[in-house]
Amino acid sequence: MTNPRIVITGVGLTSPNGNSLLEFRDNLLKGNANIQEIEMRYMGKVPAGVCDFEATKYQSRKELRVGTRAGSIAIYAASEALADSRINFEAFQKNRIGVYVGTTEHGNVETENEIYNISKFNYDTRYWTHHHNPRTVANNPAGEVTINLGITGPHYTIGAACAAGNAGLIQAVQMLKLNEVDLALAGGVSESIKTFGIFAGFKSQGALAKHKNPNCASRPFDRYRNGIVVSEGGCIYTLERLDDALKRKAPIIAEIIGYCMNSDASDYVLPNPVRQAECMRKAIKSAKIELEDVDLVSTHATSTPQGDIQECTAINEVFKSCPTTYVNNTKGFIGHAMGAAGALELAGNLPSFQDNMIHPTINIDDLDPECAIKNLVINQSLKVDSVDIILNNSFGMLGINSALVLKKFND
Amino acid sequence: MISQFVHNNFMTAEQVKQIVIDIINEIAPDEDTSDLKSEVNLREQMDLDSMDFLDIVMELRKQHDIEVPEEDYPKLASLDSCADYLTPKFNT
Repeated sequence: MTNPRIVITGVGLTSPNGNSLLEFRDNLLKGNANIQEIEMRYMGKVPAGVCDFEATKYQSRKELRVGTRAGSIAIYAASEALADSRINFEAFQKNRIGVYVGTTEHGNVETENEIYNISKFNYDTRYWTHHHNPRTVANNPAGEVTINLGITGPHYTIGAACAAGNAGLIQAVQMLKLNEVDLALAGGVSESIKTFGIFAGFKSQGALAKHKNPNCASRPFDRYRNGIVVSEGGCIYTLERLDDALKRKAPIIAEIIGYCMNSDASDYVLPNPVRQAECMRKAIKSAKIELEDVDLVSTHATSTPQGDIQECTAINEVFKSCPTTYVNNTKGFIGHAMGAAGALELAGNLPSFQDNMIHPTINIDDLDPECAIKNLVINQSLKVDSVDIILNNSFGMLGINSALVLKKFND
Repeated sequence: MISQFVHNNFMTAEQVKQIVIDIINEIAPDEDTSDLKSEVNLREQMDLDSMDFLDIVMELRKQHDIEVPEEDYPKLASLDSCADYLTPKFNT
């Protein structure tokens, strides 16, 4: 059985600091964060990452009213990815396209809104919207993409907590290798800033960031980090088998050469560095490369006091003998984009294959000694000789770990 | 304001039609409602589906406390039939 190579040929995204890869990357290299304070129902002001993409570029106003924010983000990112891929979408066989969208959660926003709505009517359920079920089914964001684009191949979301962005991509790789589809739209989305429950939950857990300057609230690895900044966003990629991409002379952005997902099997919330390290090692092994071949590790660290230390422990253990492996983190710029985090953070680093720049980890005024990873790129972008391999970490609650290995495409 | 107006005054058929148009503008914001023919079925003039009619029923309930039972949904077919059916409800 042949084992086809899988490549990324298009990227579409919206993040709090950019609505295209070009804009996002530019802001990452320049150190520009964009976090703001929003008014959260029942809670007051909280820091959050908010996207300002042009939703009506790909959707009617009625579609926006009926659908969900996650669906809208997914449609925008998927449409931008298709445009970026320069594929002849009109002519493409729509039943050979798969849509695999990672989400941390879905339905909280819509359910909270309806409960709030009927609270204005003395909790009379006659006022509960008939849109509730199609909005809250777990496949909603991926399903909205298929309706909007007329795709008749398979679609579903991958519920994988904050490892979901990577999980969406891994699903796409597997389905392409199995020849189930010829083109995959895959990645992750988050609408989590619209649900007070996520914020209140993190606050009750002692894991919600606070800072008088919102742009300084998300500060992975800094000694004074105090929690997560929740963000919305999305990043969808077009993925194809290499042969197909070459045949149509597609722009090839990167090759996915390895991955791993595993489980901590130890705690609902607290990460397990032993399993995280195992996940990274297995991903690298699956890519048939050596540890020291990894040029850049994009970390998941979310700016929580404990979680950041756990990931640093894992990275220090795995890469202790790798003098040219650099490490960075994106959440200081955009907060934690939840289901979109893995896919967005990867996108922000992919241009390193071309420009050999590594964007910094920002908001580190005082590096926590327990987070002192070797070659952590801090506060200033770094020019290196070459970036050929990127390892993209994404971890989530219930101990779900994911690591993706990407290679610069040069043959 | 509309609600106050509705409950304190006798409603004419034209006013009821305007209320229905205002609701359609909310639920189908891409549609042009400036030149609707009163006697013609709304679905023949606009891209409205069954879910949209459920939205119209919901907004009548929310904004005007008017209940339209399921068996009466066909009476919302055109602006004229809406006025015929709803005006007495607004005025009771």
